[in-house]
Amino acid sequence: MMSWLSTHGAAFAIVLPLLMAAVVALLPSVRRLAWAVATLVAIAVCATAFIVLQTQIDAGVIVYEMGGWAPPHGISLRLDAVNAPILLLIAAMGVLSLVYAEPATHAEVELKKRGPFYAAMLLCIAGLMGMVVTGDAFNVFVFLEVSSISGYTLVAMGANRDRRALTAAFNYLILGSIGATFFVIGVGFLYAETGTLNMEDMRAILANLDGGSRVAQVAFGFIVVGLGLKLAMFPLHTWLPGAYAYSPTMVTAFLASTATKAALYLLYRFCFTVFDPSFEYVAVVLTYVVTGLAVTGMIFASLQAFFQTDARRTLAFSSVAQVGYMLLGIGILSVAGLAGSYLHLINHAVVKGGLFLALGAMWYQFGITRISDMAGLSKTMPITTAAFTVLAFSLIGVPFTAGFVSKVALAEAAAEKGWWWAVAVIMVTSIIALFYMGRMMMVAYFSPPPAECLREDGKVLRREAPILMLIPLVGLAMMSILIGLRGNVILTDISENAARVLIPGGGL
Amino acid sequence: MTPDTPIRDPHVILRVIAKFLIPLIALFAFYVQFHGDYGPGGGFQAGVILAVSVILYALIFGLDEAKRAFPPALIRVGMSLGVLLYGGTGVVAWMMGGEFLNYSVLAHDAIHGQHWGILVIELGVLTTVTSVMLAIFYAFGSRQPEISDEDW
Repeated sequence: MMSWLSTHGAAFAIVLPLLMAAVVALLPSVRRLAWAVATLVAIAVCATAFIVLQTQIDAGVIVYEMGGWAPPHGISLRLDAVNAPILLLIAAMGVLSLVYAEPATHAEVELKKRGPFYAAMLLCIAGLMGMVVTGDAFNVFVFLEVSSISGYTLVAMGANRDRRALTAAFNYLILGSIGATFFVIGVGFLYAETGTLNMEDMRAILANLDGGSRVAQVAFGFIVVGLGLKLAMFPLHTWLPGAYAYSPTMVTAFLASTATKAALYLLYRFCFTVFDPSFEYVAVVLTYVVTGLAVTGMIFASLQAFFQTDARRTLAFSSVAQVGYMLLGIGILSVAGLAGSYLHLINHAVVKGGLFLALGAMWYQFGITRISDMAGLSKTMPITTAAFTVLAFSLIGVPFTAGFVSKVALAEAAAEKGWWWAVAVIMVTSIIALFYMGRMMMVAYFSPPPAECLREDGKVLRREAPILMLIPLVGLAMMSILIGLRGNVILTDISENAARVLIPGGGL
Repeated sequence: MTPDTPIRDPHVILRVIAKFLIPLIALFAFYVQFHGDYGPGGGFQAGVILAVSVILYALIFGLDEAKRAFPPALIRVGMSLGVLLYGGTGVVAWMMGGEFLNYSVLAHDAIHGQHWGILVIELGVLTTVTSVMLAIFYAFGSRQPEISDEDW
């Protein structure tokens, strides 16, 4: 079984959730059946992703020929140091969100719809894994659509709790489809230029053509804009706050920690593997356009986050700002910058996923999403609030947390390049993050709990979240500390290896 | 016939022609389906044509009649079943020792295996496409009235 998985694991990790989604959709509406099956599948997928990562570390590059057709003509799955860790990240976040989903979804989605709900969740996992693992540009589009369409459905499922989920999902649908269309137009132009859809093959042909004609330039533009929409690059992020704020809690946590990350991975792939920063137009776009938008996004989205009244919208705008950090790392165009960006991608997935889980637990117990309603949570939900605090520190970038490690890596890379203004922007936006996260913690710690949470003798009534919610939440909080203290040794290696694969020449 | 005799069925021609055409449309769908191995056609096109025959039935005899002939519960099963047929072919290929969806290993020689493989997956595509087309049609056709203000 192990040796079979090490050869076929890459395909198995996509096929298993894809086919089980079809089964889960048909399961009878018995209390926990759909949830249990979906969670077991996610655990199996996670184990597979782990084995695949091990195999990849041993072998360097894994190429799996779908249907036995050899690339470049057949579709191949290709794993290297860049995508194997992200594969595991997506699978692990899938497991954590699904474990968390049992109490949360019970409250948010009616029984009749739970089967299709978990089926959509499994499809979303399959689509995201497929996007990351495939080596074929058109196949990327197909999986992009699989993950996005199930994502729209998942967001719309929040309608039971808040009808605004429907408009948010529609907004996401329109903008996401435009993004996917731009991406596929770009792939079409690339196909016209190179005559192949295999990404490795495209790389070789484009390098031979020394960047190619204007067709390749147009393709690059379309792909950057299309992926920019998907990963919520600053002016293209308008779908994100609504989608994150009104979808069911576990969906928010899952999408926030994986969907934009998978799109960002594709941006790495297309900017550095398929295209190459040594082509002038790529370098210009990355240095001026992407960096410019990244920095603007970091500042504006952080400020917008500060002025929100809804806690989930605050975190959503903060996500846009954090995407700015990752894009800045791309724009630096060096191994160090890319490694920082990659590290921040992983850290942010852990941190933001955890924060959304914490907010979901608060909603679950008290039905609150507004910051002003978070009063006294440190007394009524001490464990949740403690985990929230740790993760918030990590988002701000307090030392000994995950956020610190990656922000320092990014700042060092920017300084190495001589971009001191970028270091200043990282500092300033971290300070703004301190304010918007601090605002929530102030309310949670220093405001007295509302009267209905007090017992007659004046003591506070504890209403901690259920254990199934606490396990993933505390797990992610521990993880962020672990990365801050020790994990940086492992993760820095992983991110540097990834960056070296993306920039084999060592940067410009 | 006196002038005040009620006209019992104003659409009699439509109904008779439709009853004649619907089986032909369905038959044509299967022609496209099984022709798909060698010529233009295949599961997707066939699925749409097959769904069209039901949609025509619904247009002429009403949505309720169509739902009785082709119940929504069946459609939900059909949507998943097609995916499972398609993916299941790949799983069988795995069990026979090949890569996922490698049809060559399905039979005693590669050519036969690929015949079997394409036949089964196209059947899966047909099932899913027909079901999804009908699901969309039913969803739009049986749309509830506008949401009232109290529902918001």
